[in-house]
Amino acid sequence: MASKRNPMAALGEHAEGLEPFAGFNAKAPFITGPKADGDRKIVESVEEAVRRVGLKDGMTISFHHAFREGDKVINLVVETLARMGFKDLTLAPSSLLGANAAIIPHIESGVITKLYTSGLRGKLGEAISNGLMDTPVTFHSHGGRVALIDKGEIKIDVAFLGVSACDPFGNANGTSGRSWCGSLGYAMVDAMHADKVVMLTEEVVPFPNTPASIRQDQVDWVVQVEEVGDPAKISVGAARATTNPRELLIARLCAEVMEHAGYFEDGFSMQTGTGGSSTATSRFLERRMREKGIKAAWALGGQTGGMVDLHQKGLIDTLIDTQSFDAVAARSLAESPKHMEISTHFYANPFSKGAVVDRLDMVILSALEIDLDFNVNVLTGSDGVVRGAVGGHADTAAGANLSIVVGPLLRTRIPTVVESVTTRVTPGETVGVLVTDHGIAVNPNRPDVAERLKAANLPVVPIEDLYRKAIAISGKPEPLHFLDKVVGHVRYRDGSVIDTVRQIAP
Amino acid sequence: MELKQEALAGTLESSDLFIRVSPSEDPLEIAIESEVIHQFGEQIRATVEEVLAHLGVTRGVIVIQDKGALDCTIRARLQAAVMRAAGETKMDWEALK
Repeated sequence: MASKRNPMAALGEHAEGLEPFAGFNAKAPFITGPKADGDRKIVESVEEAVRRVGLKDGMTISFHHAFREGDKVINLVVETLARMGFKDLTLAPSSLLGANAAIIPHIESGVITKLYTSGLRGKLGEAISNGLMDTPVTFHSHGGRVALIDKGEIKIDVAFLGVSACDPFGNANGTSGRSWCGSLGYAMVDAMHADKVVMLTEEVVPFPNTPASIRQDQVDWVVQVEEVGDPAKISVGAARATTNPRELLIARLCAEVMEHAGYFEDGFSMQTGTGGSSTATSRFLERRMREKGIKAAWALGGQTGGMVDLHQKGLIDTLIDTQSFDAVAARSLAESPKHMEISTHFYANPFSKGAVVDRLDMVILSALEIDLDFNVNVLTGSDGVVRGAVGGHADTAAGANLSIVVGPLLRTRIPTVVESVTTRVTPGETVGVLVTDHGIAVNPNRPDVAERLKAANLPVVPIEDLYRKAIAISGKPEPLHFLDKVVGHVRYRDGSVIDTVRQIAP
Repeated sequence: MELKQEALAGTLESSDLFIRVSPSEDPLEIAIESEVIHQFGEQIRATVEEVLAHLGVTRGVIVIQDKGALDCTIRARLQAAVMRAAGETKMDWEALK
């Protein structure tokens, strides 16, 4: 009988701005008609997806970098956009790696004119340091990136997210299909905030693909491509597993520091960052934990096979994972109910309602340089060229109860301990301990830690001693020469500028 | 010490250096290529010149490819290359310093 009702009469009084009912499918576009097709999001090519999302010159595009050196998506999409004639785009991936040198010609030709990233490596880093771009690159931490998105400084128009498998509606994770990357912690942020989301997938699997790390309600289009990434190349470069005896020596000394610094109690939490010594530290913890009869409540990361090993042995209850650094970690994410996938917002955004880094007891971090005030550089080499990434360094150092920086005193002839870092990424006030192959230095703002380490007979010396020792071996390096042109702004996790990177002198 | 033949010493491994010395009628010619040239170029040259002076090498071509070697390594490799080029097998410890 509904059809005989007067639709306007049903509204009654006080109905300004309200609309009368006009049929179950009058407003919802996807219930009947051509758009009701369950495969409606699937498009034939990246070009077609780009046309459908309405990408325009000057817009911002984003990517995740979970495949690290094995990524195939960033270069593919940028090349496609160049071919389609786009100009003046802002590239805002979670980070870029050595494999992304292929985008250099597209910066030269003006396809990309602005860049936000956690880091740069290889030829792209060299090109940027030699003044490739007119606009300085913005370097951010993982947590800081989400903060910049929240603030609206990075406004993602289109996110292109590579996954190994995705269902026709866009549900995707990093643990199905052929090429697992593990946690999609970076991509989750882009899926949450981008205006349009395009999934690039190696295969389209039946609905529903679970777990849905990227969810159907976030996804606009799904494109099948030949390959999105090579998982074997995730754990090369910064995320490698070391067999270098010096790095293992430092890792063992670091484990001793962890044992005695005051936080090695039942239920503790920890994170190891990238870099040979840092990831290797987990290998030296098992015996120490068993001897003391304690377990870790959780470990955060950047998860690695070493952490998974401790988890499987029951020595770490929960793994919290923003990025899986190897196949073992990705497998564990798929199989262990206590291996938890989180976004970088959940991980480290200083303005989120709860960042995990704030609950962290100990974090082990690398350094390209550390200075007499404990400031750390993980971005530029001693030649001033960008060859690293901020990553979660500044985030975890700020959040953890104790941050431990590990590194060799010298890399070839280049001292790691310097008078003043080339680029300040992590402020010294958030760094507690430095562990080198020539001894341990404790920040004077942590006399409690220094006292405990000395009581354990660990080789604690003033950082000035380590500096003098380095210079005695290597000689004092000549200061670097830079031009006035700023090629990068290093943004601290709260958005403030903590340092600038200048063009290197030829 | 007189360079009589071409000789090599060292490797291209990280923290090492590769040296090629050749005889020549002309005064010393030293070419240095280094990964740490900006920070340590002058110190490397000073070390090389000092070693050559101690060994009494006044003529020849010295080509160095440095991978961030420490001074002690540079000295040892250069001394080895010069002695090989001079056909010298007896150590003159005073000159080696």
